[in-house]
Formats: sequence, structure tokens, C-alpha cells
Amino acid sequence: MKHVILGAGPAGVIAAENLRKADPSANVVLVGGEDKPPYSRMAIPYVLTGKIEEQGTYLRKTDGHYDDLGIQYIQGRAAKVSPDSGKVTLEDGQALDYDRLLIATGATPITPPVPGLDLEGVHHCWTLDDAEYIAARAQKGSNVVLMGAGFIGCIILESLVERGVNLTVVEAEDRMISKMMDTTGGEMLKTWVEKQGVKLLTSTKVTSVAKDSDALKVSTDKAGDLPADLVVVSVGVRSNIDFLEGSGVQTGTGVMVNDRLETSVKGVYAAGDVAEGPDFGGGFQVHAVQPTSAEHGRIAALNMNGADVKYRGSLIMNVLDTLGLISASFGHWMGEDDMAVKMDHDHHSYTKLAFHGDHIVGALSLGRTDQIGVLRGLIQSRVKLGPWKDKLKKDPSRIAEAYVACTQK
Amino acid sequence: MSWAKRILRVNLSEGTCQEEPLNMDWANQYLGQRGLATKYLASEIDPKVDPLSPDNKLIIATGPLTGTAASTGGRWSVITKGALTGAIACSNSGGFFGAELKFAGWDMVIFEGKAPNPVYLLIQDDVAKLVDASDYWGRTVWETEKGLKAEYQDPQMRVASIGQSGENGVKFACVVNDLHRAAGRSGVGTVMGSKNLKAVAVRGTKGVKVDNPEAFLAAAADGKAVLAENAVTGEGLPALGTQVLMNVINETGALPTHNHKDVQFDGASDISGEAMTVPRRSDGKPNLTRNGACFGCTIGCGRISTIDPEHYTVKDREQYQKASGGLEYEAAWALGAATGVSDLDALTFANFICNEQGFDPISFGTTVGAAMELFEMGVLTTKETDGIDLTWGNAEALTTLAELTGRGEGFGAEIGLGSKLLTEKYGHPDLSMSVKGQEFPAYDSRGIQGMGLTYATSNRGACHLRSYTVASEILGIPEKTDPLSSDGKAGLVIAFQDATGAVDSAGICVFTTFAWSMDNIAPQIDAACEGDWTVERLLEVGERIWNLERKFNIDAGFTGKDDTLPKRLLKEAAKTGPAEGKVNELGKMLPEYYSLRGWTDDGVPTNETLDRLVL
Amino acid sequence: MEKALVLDAGKCTGCEQCEVACSMINEGASNPAKSRIKVFNFHDEGRFVPYTCTQCDDAWCMQACPVDAISVSSDTGAKMVSDALCVGCKVCTIACPFGTVNYNPASGKVIKCDLCGGDPACAKACPTGAITYTDAGATGLAKMEAWAAKTDAGQQANA
Repeated sequence: MKHVILGAGPAGVIAAENLRKADPSANVVLVGGEDKPPYSRMAIPYVLTGKIEEQGTYLRKTDGHYDDLGIQYIQGRAAKVSPDSGKVTLEDGQALDYDRLLIATGATPITPPVPGLDLEGVHHCWTLDDAEYIAARAQKGSNVVLMGAGFIGCIILESLVERGVNLTVVEAEDRMISKMMDTTGGEMLKTWVEKQGVKLLTSTKVTSVAKDSDALKVSTDKAGDLPADLVVVSVGVRSNIDFLEGSGVQTGTGVMVNDRLETSVKGVYAAGDVAEGPDFGGGFQVHAVQPTSAEHGRIAALNMNGADVKYRGSLIMNVLDTLGLISASFGHWMGEDDMAVKMDHDHHSYTKLAFHGDHIVGALSLGRTDQIGVLRGLIQSRVKLGPWKDKLKKDPSRIAEAYVACTQK
Repeated sequence: MSWAKRILRVNLSEGTCQEEPLNMDWANQYLGQRGLATKYLASEIDPKVDPLSPDNKLIIATGPLTGTAASTGGRWSVITKGALTGAIACSNSGGFFGAELKFAGWDMVIFEGKAPNPVYLLIQDDVAKLVDASDYWGRTVWETEKGLKAEYQDPQMRVASIGQSGENGVKFACVVNDLHRAAGRSGVGTVMGSKNLKAVAVRGTKGVKVDNPEAFLAAAADGKAVLAENAVTGEGLPALGTQVLMNVINETGALPTHNHKDVQFDGASDISGEAMTVPRRSDGKPNLTRNGACFGCTIGCGRISTIDPEHYTVKDREQYQKASGGLEYEAAWALGAATGVSDLDALTFANFICNEQGFDPISFGTTVGAAMELFEMGVLTTKETDGIDLTWGNAEALTTLAELTGRGEGFGAEIGLGSKLLTEKYGHPDLSMSVKGQEFPAYDSRGIQGMGLTYATSNRGACHLRSYTVASEILGIPEKTDPLSSDGKAGLVIAFQDATGAVDSAGICVFTTFAWSMDNIAPQIDAACEGDWTVERLLEVGERIWNLERKFNIDAGFTGKDDTLPKRLLKEAAKTGPAEGKVNELGKMLPEYYSLRGWTDDGVPTNETLDRLVL
Repeated sequence: MEKALVLDAGKCTGCEQCEVACSMINEGASNPAKSRIKVFNFHDEGRFVPYTCTQCDDAWCMQACPVDAISVSSDTGAKMVSDALCVGCKVCTIACPFGTVNYNPASGKVIKCDLCGGDPACAKACPTGAITYTDAGATGLAKMEAWAAKTDAGQQANA
């Protein structure tokens, strides 16, 4: 059996390892797009702050890890998939035969249609190379404009502040991390980052970037022009699916898969940020988060190896540390009409729980780290709350107590 | 190390919170908690000050072992000039609040002045501030504690607060923490209320370090093993709590009953620790839900009780049908034997109210007992009591008065005066079973002679916890003495007083001393703290504290004449039991006590004694 | 046979000696806020529940770690966080459905129970036998494992 895995992010690597574990004799080929050993984008901000070296981002730390497992690692990018002949063609012309194919090609940052984003000094922060580029330019005292205060924008925000730059964040939405935080939480985050000296312009759009002597000039629709030595673009990502054109593999936002993570083409699977997979709450979604990638990688591998394992669906969840204020979101936090909300502006703490009947379907929290994982447990195990629902409605911060009370009988 | 070496000074009048270093010279002389805070108080206030004036101060203090791995290392105290007594007051509590204060990096908080409006103190590690408490004023302890935790979204927050009784000036109001642990005696909650201070809410994440962790953990482990193997701390207290004593003391003929008219109570077994474990008919559950421990305590004597859901006190009141702090021996005695009430659920309910509204069940029960005697005499009638029938043993009278006293309403407001003022008001001051204005606890000094001297000389008014000679006279710890004899009791009382002073200043619970001698305690303090802490040094610290407290009281206007007992105990002989025919022989013990203490015949420490103790 | 921490709420008095011992061993200070084991106090029921990582086979934390900082001890089976590798991204803290991996702002790393290398301090400190370190398969563990299975966040085998 020959398995080819396109993409060497967490989903790809975990799938490769699980395939090896399940079948010691299988042929496993892992194709990575960058000139680096498989690494974690999650760790890039910590390279920028200098907390870790590049090696600290590597998904696996042991030298020769892939060789030792007999996983063949190839650098390249897929250009074409031909299911009829069981073949993947890479951009360099190399062709790989497969019996089972896993698409784990992840995503690419979006460049919005704003004039001047092709200029020197304007950059994404997505790869280790990007990080290196930014580190060189984001020096103490330099003017940096961060386009986008979404999740990715926020995880690099701290490292930019720590580097001592004059930071202005321009966000088109009315709040930060709008996909993982509601207006209340977004406002709290805004107050928090502004207290730490970050200039935050929400509901503001960058209209153009232009050269201005040695530096750049960032023009906005509402806040005038901003001088910049560096512009970091993080306005979102899109799944890497272009190479699937003509393959017959159905795509939507990402690669569409069933509950076994198999695509519309038999023998072709997808996992991780590229996969539009089953959502825990029903339906299918792209959930570009680390835990989902890990689960996808494992389940896809089991099915590729011939098992029949259904995925219950991923729970969207995120955790973010914004200059020391930690926010987390789980599931269907926007909720319906049955909610418990507790906020304390002075202490930057906020908890919101969304109920459906007797259980929790989503949650937001700000300013809390202790036992935060129980929110996943409460939601995903559909823990019946009984009398604890009332208690949580009065004081939603008692989630850990609720979880333990309802589960440790 | 072990001390955080920082104190927080809160000026309520000015609304300021300031950090200052702990006076380590004093820490080396007074150890911590009771001793050290008394040193601060005595140095900073005029002993003659009105306890309820802004010039009185109130100190919340921990000891060096508070928050450490030492068993029972969760103790903390409130030190002030007592509202009930006008004497030095130090009320000791357990629970989790004290350790939390230490985890936040504070040895003590000194409150001075009076807030113009109700406030509470919020401490989150290094950050301390006064916050407007108008939302909490007028609320119970339970509402306040739950409300603050919810407001700050922090179930781990620890709160010490006063209830309505402390706000309303009930003379024996407590400071209650963790819902049902209390700095209970002498009216320390009354002082807190007079300062418009509703609560202290604290969360600490800094932790407590000790000087020599390896030696300390070894000494703490040795100590825990000793507690586990001891019959009292390893078996009796975990199983039955302090209520293990109810039947024992009754059989000894030293269970004060009906305002000390009797020394044995017919209903004792009905309200005993054993009774608390018997399943009841209604729901098949016993009163005792389980035993609960204070922070770090490997004994676990605390009672968590549930009232019979069909009992009249809770039938339609769901909030009281939940588990909460149950009866300890002193409370069960005061609410029960002192009043003749033998309804276990009624006592448990009254105890819940004492916790919820923050007042001392010992002083409350005793004062109700005194009122019942006045009622029996016809001095009080239903006219004065607003129709409450104060016949001995009337459970409903007890529970109604508990609620009224908590709220300061009706005849409850008079009960809130305490037995001394109440009996004076009605012309029978001899019927107040108190010393220096503070009501007796649960041991009749006619049947346990040493306790008479204990009460008479206690610096905070009648108290069993200043020298618990019951240990020796009844339980034979560390050695058995004859409870009916006054011989040698002066020396025994002094030994207990000095050792207890050290224990109360260390951050551990005096109940450890059922099993621990100072030989078990000294190594733990020595390993935790800088410097050499020997048994001798600790006993000297204890003696120094005792004399400092004594000096404070003398400066406050107390004299040797206040070292006495109510006439009843000195003149009216016990009617039944082993002590039948006995009165307390205080007159024999007191001169010897003064002499052994190095005090004058009038009970004043001589200059020689003060010099010897560096006072 | 591999040993496991067995937690018996029925015996717990809520004294927190376990939390003190845990923090003394792991943080060098008595500091329950940083303890890997936590006692929950259900006051209204008179119930205390000691609670920590079950070292579950699924190891959500380990699977979710983006930098391979969590590994299985070959001696004890404990899932252990490498301080050298942890970058403090906190993904494991939301991935663990039991809430037993926590972020420590002081160190910028996550903390979780590592069974003290096979001699858990909490079990030694527990005065009532509510926490014992004993052969896996004992009742308490079986119960927790049953729950862990129910919390299966990832898969559902057909057969």
C-alpha cells in the first residue's frame, strides 16, 4: 500500500505517523512545501519574540525522526492530482503514484485587493521565512502597521509589541478577533491592548500603501495616513485547493469530505486546515485549528489504512494570548437565546455560556486560564447539567465545578 | 521565609492601602498571628480607647506556618480591643481565608479609622484596594461571600465578612470566613462593623516558601504521623468532631445546664456527636453529612450537617436544607444545654443562622439561657419578649431568637447586648455567666476545677481556648490530673496558657496539642522560619504574649478584681454528678497563680517579670 | 502493572494537603493556585472531590501540542510537559476536555500532573486515603476511564 500525504503540517505529519503505526510495511510519502523540516505555524510568534529558536517550532524534535519511521519526506508542491491514474504531479514535474492520497495542504494568507501590497516592506506573517523577514524590519522604535486583528494578527501582535515597535493595528471589522469573540469581548480586548500602548483602529480599512521616501505610507478610509517601516498583512487565509482543479475532488471553502474524511473521490482523503469536514454542531466546516488538525490526521490515517472510523465532528475552539489577556472560544458561542453572561470590565474578565436545553453548546471566556478545557468537555460530551444549569446562569465562572459535579459522581 | 514579611496597612478613613515591611524584631519576639498582632495593636492604640471608636484598630493576622504544609496550617486571627469585653481580643479561625491571605503575600492587614461609607477590602496578590460595599451592606455572610465570588468570577476567592449582626452592633458578632468558620468571640465582628468594613476578599497565587523545605517537609510529615496515630486527633475528632465531648463532659458532671443552674443535662445524648450520626426517619440520612477539614488539616474535625428537610425550621425554606457547617461541641452546648433545648435540628438551624448572620453561638446561647432564667423568675415576661415564650427547652424560642438577633429585630436586639448588659438591664447582673463580659464556654468549673482559673484569668474574658486544662483533667493529656481538685492547677493553667500562646501565634490549630507536645511543634517552626526556634524559646514567646495581653488589659482599666467568676460558681454547689457538692475553688488557686506568674498580689506583672520578658 | 492515581471523593475532607504537597514538589512553594491536583468543594452537598489528570490514553493534550512538548513517560505512563519545548501556546489547555492542563503565567508554560515520576506527593500527603497510587484497574480509575471514553472527542468506531 502506498500512501502519499500532501502537506507537512500537523495533520500531515500525524497522519504519516499513524499510517506507519497501523501498517509497518506500508509505503508512506510525506510532501512538504517549504524548505524546512515540518514545523508549527502556531509557534512562529515565539520565534519572533526570541523565546525559541527556529528548531523550537519543529513538529518533531528528534533528528532523523521521519527516516527512523521510514517515512519518505519530499520537498515540493502538488500541481495536479489525477485520481484515474492514481498519480500526483508536483510543481517540479516529479510524479508520485499513490494507492491512498491525503490532502493536507493547509491554507495560504489572503492578499486583499489593496494597491501597494506588493511593495517591499509589506509582508504576510505565515511562514518561518516570513518571520525572519519581519524580525529584520520590526526593530525597536520602527513604525509597524498590522493589517487585520483576527486570530493570526493577534498572535503576532504580542511579538511585535515585545520588539518595541510603534504599532498601529487596522481592522476592517468593528472589533478584534471577530470570528472568536463577540462585541463585548472584543471591546474588552480593545481596551486592554490600547492600555498597553497599541493603537487600534477598528471599522477602518486600508485603502492603499505607497512608497514615501525611505518608508511607506498607509492610507486609510477613516484614520488618514499612517507612516510605516513595515506593513504586516493578516486579513485571513484560504484553503490551498487550486491544484485540485480538474481532479474531480469536490471543493467548497475547502476540500469537502464525508464523516470518514474521504473526499468525493474514492481513496482521496483530506485533513486539517484544508478540509471542510464534519462540524460537531452539525454540517461541514473548515476549522483551521490545531486540535482539529491533529484529530483529522489520526482519523484520516485510520481510514486510509482500511479501518472504518467515523469522525464525530470537530468542535471549533481557539485560545489566544493578547499581551497577557487570554481569551478562549468554543463551539456555538454566538448561541441562541439561552445564555449566561458575566462580565467585569475593570478586571477584564468575561464569561459567556450558550445553552441548548440542558447542556452547553458554546462558550467564550476572557481573562481566565484555569481549567478552561472543561468547556470542551461540557460541550463535546453534551454533559447534562441538571441543577447546575441554574447555578451557571447565576455565575458562569463556575464551569469547572459544574463539570466535576456532573461527571464525578 | 515562611513570613511573607509584608503587612498591609489600610486606613479606612482615608481610603488608603499601604504596604510596609513586617517588623522582624517583633516577629522574632512574638512569632506571628496572636502574639505579633497584639504587639502591633498594643503599640499603636490607647488601651483605654472605646472599642467601637475609629481610634480602635483591627488586625487580621496569620502565623508563619499559615499556608504551609504543616498540618492545620490554615489558622488566622482577628486582633482588636473587643466590643463585648473591652479587653484585648484575639479570635482565631480556620477555613481557607488565612492561607489565601498568605498566598497573596501578606502576613497581616491592619485596619485603622472608619470608612465614611461601607467598603470591603479586595486583595489580589500585591494589589489591594477598598471597594464600595453598598451592594453588600445589609446582606448576610452567605450572600456576601457568594456574591463576591460571582462578581469577580473567581470561585477560588476567599472571603471573610460580617453579617447583619456585625453591622447592627450585636456585641458578640463574629468575622466569618468560608461560610462557616469564624473568628467567633469577643465581638471582633462588631468592631469590624463599627468601621464600616463589610468584608475582606482575597485571592493569592504567590505561595508560601519555607526556610528549609527538606527539613520542614520531614518535620511536617512526622507531625502528621503523630496526629494520625493519636486516639483523639486520629479517631475521635474525625469521627465525632469536638462533639465527641458532649456525653463525656455530661457524665463528668461538668456540662453547664440551664444557665449553670445544673451541671448535667438530660438531653445531652440527644444533642451529642453520636446523635448526629444516627439516620433520621424522614429521609434516612443522619444530621452529619460528612466531616470537613480546614486548610491543611489532617484531623478534619469540622462537621458538615444537613437539617431534616421536614423539620419546622427549614420545611419551606430550601436555602437551609443544604449542607453547611454543623454543630461543634461549644455551639451544641450553648444552644442546647445552656437553654435546655434538646432538638438537634433546631440547634443545627440556630447554628446555621449564627454562621449566616455572623454571631457567636456561645455568647448567643448563654445569653438566651440567662434570659430564660429571668423569664422563669418572672423578671422577663412575654411583654418584654414580644410574645416569645422563654420557657427552658423551647426550641422555637431559640430558633426565632437566632433569626431576630441576626437581624437586630425585636427582643433579638436585647439578646444582642450579651448576657452582661442584658442581666444588668433587668437588675440581675449575677446571672450573667461570664468573665470580663464574655460568656463561658461548655465546661463547668465546679466539675473541672482548673477551668475556673482558666476562665478567671483569661485575657479575653471567659474562654476555654486559652488554657484547655480539660485535656489534662478529663482526657489525661499530657497527664491526668484530678478535675475535682484545685491542687497544682495554677501551674497547670500557666503551662497551658504559655504553650497555647505560642501555638496561636504559629498559624496552627490548638487541637493539634491533643497529640503534639511542643517537641513536635518546635521542629516545624524551626525548619520553616529563620533562626533557631526551640521549645524553650517558644514557651518564652508564649509567656511574653500572656504578659503583654495582661499589661494591655491593666492599661485598659482591668484589675485583679476582674479575675473572678460569677457568684453561682463560687457559692452554689453542683447538684448532681461526680462534682456534687463542689464549688469552684478559685480563691485557693488565684494567689498561687499570681505568684507563679511573677505578678503582684493584685495581679500586676512586676517590673522584674516585665524586664525578664523584655516587655 | 502500571499504577494510577485513584481518587475517592467519598474519603476526601477537602484539606488541600494534596495541593500543598503538589505545589511544594513542583513549584518549591506551598501554592494551591499552582497545584496540578485540585480539590473541588461542593459546599451545599457536603462533598469534596479531588481532581487531576487521569493520564488518559487519548491524551488530547499531547495530540494537540503543536511542538511535541508533551510525551509519555515510559516508566509511569504519565503525559509529561517538557518545559524546554513548551512555547506556552495553550492549545493543550483547551484541547484537554477534563481541564487538567493549565497555563502558568509566571513561567509562560503549561503545567499538568506528571505523577511525580512514580511517587506522587499528593497521595503521600493525603491523610484519609482519598488519593492513592495503586495498580491500574482499581475501581476509581475504571470509573474515570469510562468517563474518558464517553468524552471521546475524536472518533467513534463502527464495529
